[in-house]
Amino acid sequence: MQRIRLRYTKRGRLRFTSHRDFQRAFERALRRAEVPMAYSAGFTPHPKVSYANAAPTGTGSEAEYLEIALTEHRDPATLLTLLDESLPTGLDITDAVEARTSGLADRLTASIWEMRLEGVAVGDAEKAVEAFLAAETVEVQRRTKNGMRTFDTRGAVAGLEALPPQADRPVDKPCAILRLVVRHLTPAVRPDDVLSGLRALADLAPPVPAAVTRLAQGLFDEESGTVTDPLAPDREAAPAAPPKAAGTASATAPEGPAA
Amino acid sequence: MTAAESVFPQLEALLPHVQKPIQYVGGELNSTVKPWESCDVRWALMYPDAYEVGLPNQGVMILYEVLNEREGVLAERTYSVWPDMEELMREHHVPQFTVDSHRPVGAFDVFGLSFSTELGYTNMLTALDLAGIPLESKNRGIDDPIVLAGGHAAFNPEPIAEFIDCAVIGDGEQAVLDMTEIIRAWKAEGRPGGREEVLFRLAKTGNVYVPGFYDVEYLPDGRIGRVVPNKSGVPWRVSKHTVMDLDEWPYPKQPLVPLAETVHERMSVEIFRGCTRGCRFCQAGMITRPVRERSITGIGEMVEKGLKATGFEEVGLLSLSSADHTEIGEIAKGLADRYTEDKIGLSLPSTRVDAFNVDLANELTRNGRRSGLTFAPEGGSERMRKVINKMVSEEDLIRTVATAYGNGWRQVKLYFMCGLPTETDEDVLQIGDMAVNVIAKGREVSGQNDIRCTVSIGGFVPKPHTPFQWAPQLSAEQTDARLEKLRDKIRGDKKYGRSIGFRYHDGKPGIVEGLLSRGDRRVGAVIRAVYEDGGRFDGWREHFSYDRWMACAEKTLPSYGVDVDWYTTRERTYEEVLPWDHLDSGLDKDWLWEDWQDALDETEVEDCRWTPCFDCGVCPQMDTHIQIGPTGKKLLPLTVVK
Repeated sequence: MQRIRLRYTKRGRLRFTSHRDFQRAFERALRRAEVPMAYSAGFTPHPKVSYANAAPTGTGSEAEYLEIALTEHRDPATLLTLLDESLPTGLDITDAVEARTSGLADRLTASIWEMRLEGVAVGDAEKAVEAFLAAETVEVQRRTKNGMRTFDTRGAVAGLEALPPQADRPVDKPCAILRLVVRHLTPAVRPDDVLSGLRALADLAPPVPAAVTRLAQGLFDEESGTVTDPLAPDREAAPAAPPKAAGTASATAPEGPAA
Repeated sequence: MTAAESVFPQLEALLPHVQKPIQYVGGELNSTVKPWESCDVRWALMYPDAYEVGLPNQGVMILYEVLNEREGVLAERTYSVWPDMEELMREHHVPQFTVDSHRPVGAFDVFGLSFSTELGYTNMLTALDLAGIPLESKNRGIDDPIVLAGGHAAFNPEPIAEFIDCAVIGDGEQAVLDMTEIIRAWKAEGRPGGREEVLFRLAKTGNVYVPGFYDVEYLPDGRIGRVVPNKSGVPWRVSKHTVMDLDEWPYPKQPLVPLAETVHERMSVEIFRGCTRGCRFCQAGMITRPVRERSITGIGEMVEKGLKATGFEEVGLLSLSSADHTEIGEIAKGLADRYTEDKIGLSLPSTRVDAFNVDLANELTRNGRRSGLTFAPEGGSERMRKVINKMVSEEDLIRTVATAYGNGWRQVKLYFMCGLPTETDEDVLQIGDMAVNVIAKGREVSGQNDIRCTVSIGGFVPKPHTPFQWAPQLSAEQTDARLEKLRDKIRGDKKYGRSIGFRYHDGKPGIVEGLLSRGDRRVGAVIRAVYEDGGRFDGWREHFSYDRWMACAEKTLPSYGVDVDWYTTRERTYEEVLPWDHLDSGLDKDWLWEDWQDALDETEVEDCRWTPCFDCGVCPQMDTHIQIGPTGKKLLPLTVVK
């Protein structure tokens, strides 16, 4: 069995895809791309796909990860192209590596988020961020399945800064970009929760809903304050020369039972 | 004309605040967005229900593809928005939009709505209002879209006559293309004569009904005197469309694959259209004649291409009675053989008791799960089944379920109707006896006690263009009382009661459906009042309000000297002009009347596919003929093509 790890996106209007919706779409894409999937045993066999840490519905993402199990060997690059063509534009496959290490989920310990706040002046955002970072704890409430829950958002935040938008924007409309580095803890702190914290602490209230995008996900690096590519260890573990995969070998071998 | 720019930027700000925003963003696999300026005739197609129900609708999907394949023509889709979204759209002035490129519906040339049921009428009014299109046809201007109704409910469009500009009855594939050419020519000429002229050109063909060109005259007692064209050149009757060769129309080729969860997610292929079994309650069977089969090879090709295009894991073989296809055994076996490796399941939504056989059932479940089997005897007593011409005997049913239980099935579901013409309490109580006999037989042949039978009962609503169009509908109170007696009987059965599931709906929604089904233009006032009072999504139990419908009917109908009972529980006579008489489904009204008399005499009529013609009138009137196999061809394995 071959395991392949994929990085995918939720872009533009398709960021409103829920995780359940994505799962169905992905499993159909596997069929369309005729990927030789391994199936779970049991009464209703399912293709073996493990999803890690999906972004909430409505937030965009450049860095979602999953792993699939195949019954036959496939070239990750070819698979990437095939699957990407089988998914709607916006749900794009952007990286594929063969799994050579264990524990992809263990390497997803933090995320970098971008939050675009239309109608908010950069100065106001900066002040709010300053107050947030200065606080020991920032308690917010969120409605969960078990009712309202109060929890701290400050502890999980490893970095937060306010930036001006890209230069190509019209200057007459204020807009601020927040760049957030948040550790994956329990309970999970979502970008929304940090925004609630900023509102509670410094009255930062964007007039339109923030456009939130996950830019990266990976192992948190204390020194740089950023995250590392979670697929890098699989790439590094690959043999130096391209592997003599089954496909290449059989192409040169004559037909008949292998030696 | 409403500007055609996308409203997505405004909409996007609302999406985080509504339930299931994915249903409003489009971007489905196999959806099409054509450049606006490259087309001169633009259609907005609507299924007037929630996205999750509307998206899988075959009719809309077929027309969407047929139109978009044409050069210079585009079609986009729109669905009913949920009340949470409606409220935000009104607050932020976002108009009804298409999900494909989020353009305002008001910017299109045609706004076509497909009505599978009358319960979508209030949703049409919501959509028109959100689109900024005047609710009444007479108030629309040159730049407003032509509002077109289609679908089975359009065979009596009179209740919505004031809201629509035109209606098309029958098969839509060729009809929308013919309409497109007329509209295109009119636009190219600089829209001479305005709206009236283009509607007149459509009406002149005899295939498009324009209610505004017909006056309805009433008799002092409230019945219709006559329906007359008020413009010279407009035909007295409007004919339905019939597509003859289904293999020429292999649609949908590229079924839409939604991201959101919807009610049906499978590759559906219509294996034939029409049905001549002659069940007297069944409007679909009456208005879609004659039977036209898709060939086994045509079906195989559609399934293969469709699965490749969608990645669906189930194939649905659709029709009004799928086991009646002349080559159904070969089709099921061929498909099951082809897709053994791919774990593709097969489903046959409508199976008759007498057409079922265990070989077929085994093929259907070979690659998938063996769930329950569903049959529809419709009537509980032998007498009742003669009245409705459902020629299935209790012995047929018992033999069939014995085979099923003997081959490993444990669950059988039976559909019935309550409130059929001439029905008595005793007829309905016999449903209970039938369920008991099914369980007893099941326990006997399987040697096990965990056999289940679910009885599901719907209220009968008399429909236009059927032999029962003259019949009195059973009142909601009587329906409920009858079903209560049956429930008590089943629950009181010590030996079998616990093995029988009992599901039924109360009689109230059926009365509203009855009012809308056989209503005339005066019912339009009720629909409008209900809409204005907040009525939406009448097909949804949680949104439907019987009390609102009745209150609005009491406010509006008395001024015409009629009431809800007059439309529903009143029996009509031979002489009465029915509101839909000027819409020609091909069925000879005298034949329908004879069939109604035969029903009352408990006389059955055979299927004309296997016996001589019984002169229902459709084939000569519409210049069509029965088109069935067998072709003798086989589905070959697809090892090479892959």
